[in-house]
Amino acid sequence: MKTLFLPLSVVTAALFAWAPLLIANAPFESTMGLIQKIFYFHVPAWMAMYSGLVVCGVASALYLFRGRPEADRVAVSAAELTVVFGLVGLVTGPLWARKAWGIWWEWEPRLTMALLLELIFVGYLMVRKYGGPGSEKLAAAVGIFGTAVSPFVYVSVNIWRTIHPKTSVVPELPRTAPEMVPPFAVSSLAFILLFVLMLMARIELARRQATLDELYLAHEDSGS
Amino acid sequence: MKTLIALTFALLMAASVAAGQPPAAQSEFVPLSQAPAAEQLPAAPLLIAAYSFFLVAVVGYLWTIWRRLNKVDAELQALRQKTRPQH
Repeated sequence: MKTLFLPLSVVTAALFAWAPLLIANAPFESTMGLIQKIFYFHVPAWMAMYSGLVVCGVASALYLFRGRPEADRVAVSAAELTVVFGLVGLVTGPLWARKAWGIWWEWEPRLTMALLLELIFVGYLMVRKYGGPGSEKLAAAVGIFGTAVSPFVYVSVNIWRTIHPKTSVVPELPRTAPEMVPPFAVSSLAFILLFVLMLMARIELARRQATLDELYLAHEDSGS
Repeated sequence: MKTLIALTFALLMAASVAAGQPPAAQSEFVPLSQAPAAEQLPAAPLLIAAYSFFLVAVVGYLWTIWRRLNKVDAELQALRQKTRPQH
């Protein structure tokens, strides 16, 4: 994995340099105009957030039911990234909404559930930080719960009548606005690669922290 | 003269009554693009704020990883030196 880090970093940097050019040259959406260009970062941020929570959920399950310490390290790393990318989505959304809807925030199903999902993963990190010994297992349960509720957040716009656009916007993009597909695809790929890179770096940090903890324990056991 | 005063008075009355009337109710949707410039929000600052926030969040998070890695490495090195057998 370490050998992949540098080439992936170069590709990601190139995509992030290319994306703004494509976004700037993409056509304006007919009713929203310039502000719609937040779409190219807002939706990929949620994609990265969902990648994080899926990784966290799977790794949490592996840790809880198989007891693999490496899975726990992956889970906590993914949970942190879920919070970071969720925060980007939660901040860029209201900035878009202020212009498009005339309001910063509306307590409607999608926005409220997205905020709650973010808070579940903030809760995961708080359990890890302040829960004391054994909090890893409790946090793993929180991670699985957060992942289990996430599909409801995704489909909430289709179930309830909300102000937020439906999930069909992105799948229908090639038909409704084919010129918007290249910038969106490049931006999405850049976000996913950035997520992978940040996850690799964070897992490495978790590994070194585990090594340090083991050394401390060995040092204490030796009685010195 | 009386006619002029009466006419002025009537005009002033009419003007004040007209000013006191509520504006005509809007009967149909008006696109925001047709609204007066003062009532339109500029999009560019919001767009720049969104992109800037993303950059700050990512760079800030990467900085915390880098800082934590340095701290753990320093602790690892100190602990290894401490536990190294003395000759």
